[in-house]
Amino acid sequence: MAPVASCTTGIERFLTLKAPHVEDFELVTEEGETPQQMLDKANVLVIGAGGLGCEILKDLVMSGFKNIHVIDMDTIDVSNLNRQFLFRKKDVGKPKAEVAAEFIRQRSPDVNITAHYKRIQDMPEEFYLSLSLIVCGLDSIEARRWINAFIYNLAERHGYEGFKPIIDGGTEGLRGNMRVILPKHNACFDCGLDMYPPKTTYPICTIANTPRLPEHCIEWASVLEWPRIFPDKKLDGDDVDHINWVVEQASQRAASFNISGITFSLAQGVVKNIIPAIASTNAIIAAACVNEAVKLITSCNKYLDNSMLYTGDAGVYFFAYPLFQSETCLVCGQKEGSMDALSTSTLEDLITALKEHSVFQLKAPSLTYGETSLYFQKPKMLEEQTRPNLSKSLNDLFDSGSTLTVTDPTLPTSLRVTVNFSDKAS
Amino acid sequence: MRKIWDKKKTDVQAQKAQPPKESPAKIRLQKDLSELEISKDMEIIASPTNIMEFSVVYRPQEGYYSNGEFKFQVSVSHNYPHEPPKVHCVQTIFHPNIDTEGHICLNILREEWKPVLNIQSVLFGLRMLFEAPNPEDPLNKEAARLLIDNEPEFARTVSSSMRGRMIGLVQYDRVLVSHSNYY
Repeated sequence: MAPVASCTTGIERFLTLKAPHVEDFELVTEEGETPQQMLDKANVLVIGAGGLGCEILKDLVMSGFKNIHVIDMDTIDVSNLNRQFLFRKKDVGKPKAEVAAEFIRQRSPDVNITAHYKRIQDMPEEFYLSLSLIVCGLDSIEARRWINAFIYNLAERHGYEGFKPIIDGGTEGLRGNMRVILPKHNACFDCGLDMYPPKTTYPICTIANTPRLPEHCIEWASVLEWPRIFPDKKLDGDDVDHINWVVEQASQRAASFNISGITFSLAQGVVKNIIPAIASTNAIIAAACVNEAVKLITSCNKYLDNSMLYTGDAGVYFFAYPLFQSETCLVCGQKEGSMDALSTSTLEDLITALKEHSVFQLKAPSLTYGETSLYFQKPKMLEEQTRPNLSKSLNDLFDSGSTLTVTDPTLPTSLRVTVNFSDKAS
Repeated sequence: MRKIWDKKKTDVQAQKAQPPKESPAKIRLQKDLSELEISKDMEIIASPTNIMEFSVVYRPQEGYYSNGEFKFQVSVSHNYPHEPPKVHCVQTIFHPNIDTEGHICLNILREEWKPVLNIQSVLFGLRMLFEAPNPEDPLNKEAARLLIDNEPEFARTVSSSMRGRMIGLVQYDRVLVSHSNYY
């Protein structure tokens, strides 16, 4: 018989003891559910099956989660094997999500785990609605921004049914961080976007003319030479032939400037913007993330409010702090409102109403509906092209109950205004 | 988790029929574009069907590049404003900070980009580049050297390049403003 994880004994006992001062924790809820049952039926999505992802998956299983989805669009590289411990040498080239899920199935047959070798953008809305919460072990700001905006929107449109807390972990060498994002309740990912340093870049003139570092030569080969020689082919950081070409070009250039140190791994690191990963930092952050998941699901103890920093490079320092919602946040800083209008009134009438509205008091609103630009105040060419919409009646442009995105110089970000036709039931 | 949700009374009306919200990048760009203060010497060529790609036309009124008409392709990614917009000069021009393939060496487009900057800042940066070319950080070394060593000759070379002449081994694009669309 396959070995069955007995590591969950600890958490099972823990969930049967009532801790003092934790008001929300009940041994049996009004609905007759025990914390253990909540854990058993929780449906958790892990985004990313890399360094953090492997740790998160292991910790979730060992904490007693029974229903897990894992999504990752990447395949296993030989350089992953030192820390992504769910993978073996024979797995190189296979999808991370599938190999990780299979490992867990073998180790813990009682866990129901599903792999998705896909982009997060490719999963349907129903899938996200079926989840309890999301744990992210990502290495990309872009993916975090996407899931954050998507999940915020889900809560906005579905209320509690669409409320999916995101626990976001991140590591960089000896440093790490964690966020507990409760959509519509606290700061979202975009609220703290300014805190993330942009990708390291070098002035293009330095790259072109006065390289001093091997990185400058690699950027010259990848940013300037590659598009010049192969205008129709995108440089792929995972393609060995592509990186070898970069190494060859960069080495020649480095030699002529008396620079040394061009290697395959440095070239790939620069092209893919790889930050050195340390397995133990991943372990610390992943463990902290999974403990938050247990607390959110069972209410057994107070959860993180709402951000945590681990700076292992500065003599080990942990700091937890509440990050506030940003007024200028492009996701949750948007104002919400609704307006009644006649379906036969024109877009120009609506704009006038937005300006005269006692709450909104806009000065020069520009409006879009989904992908359609309804009216732009500026620049000239967009104004001219959208001007014909001004005289169109609203029911020719959108249906009653539609939500428009409005920007205006008086708004820090934008206003989402839902327009209801007062002469028609929506 | 029901208790966590209920802690904050948020009115959520049933809006299930709504299309998903626009990307934060697009909302920010809508704000940037619709609030641009554009002077007469610049123009934005954009289409309401896809605002993420647009062109900038700049006709400097003074300096080495006056009477020229310079075109830039701007492409804004879905990671804007975390990432800067990509700006490319579509013509082959003789400029110390722009190479003959159209790469532009402007600090705010790369290493000095900050999310608080916007399209207005990019237009300002482009203007600075043509009003005061910077030979200290060159991309076209030949042009930079000429500007440092022999400024009158640089000015003559710029105007000859703008007429579409050949300089060295490079055929430059004719970029003189045509009077029909000059205003």
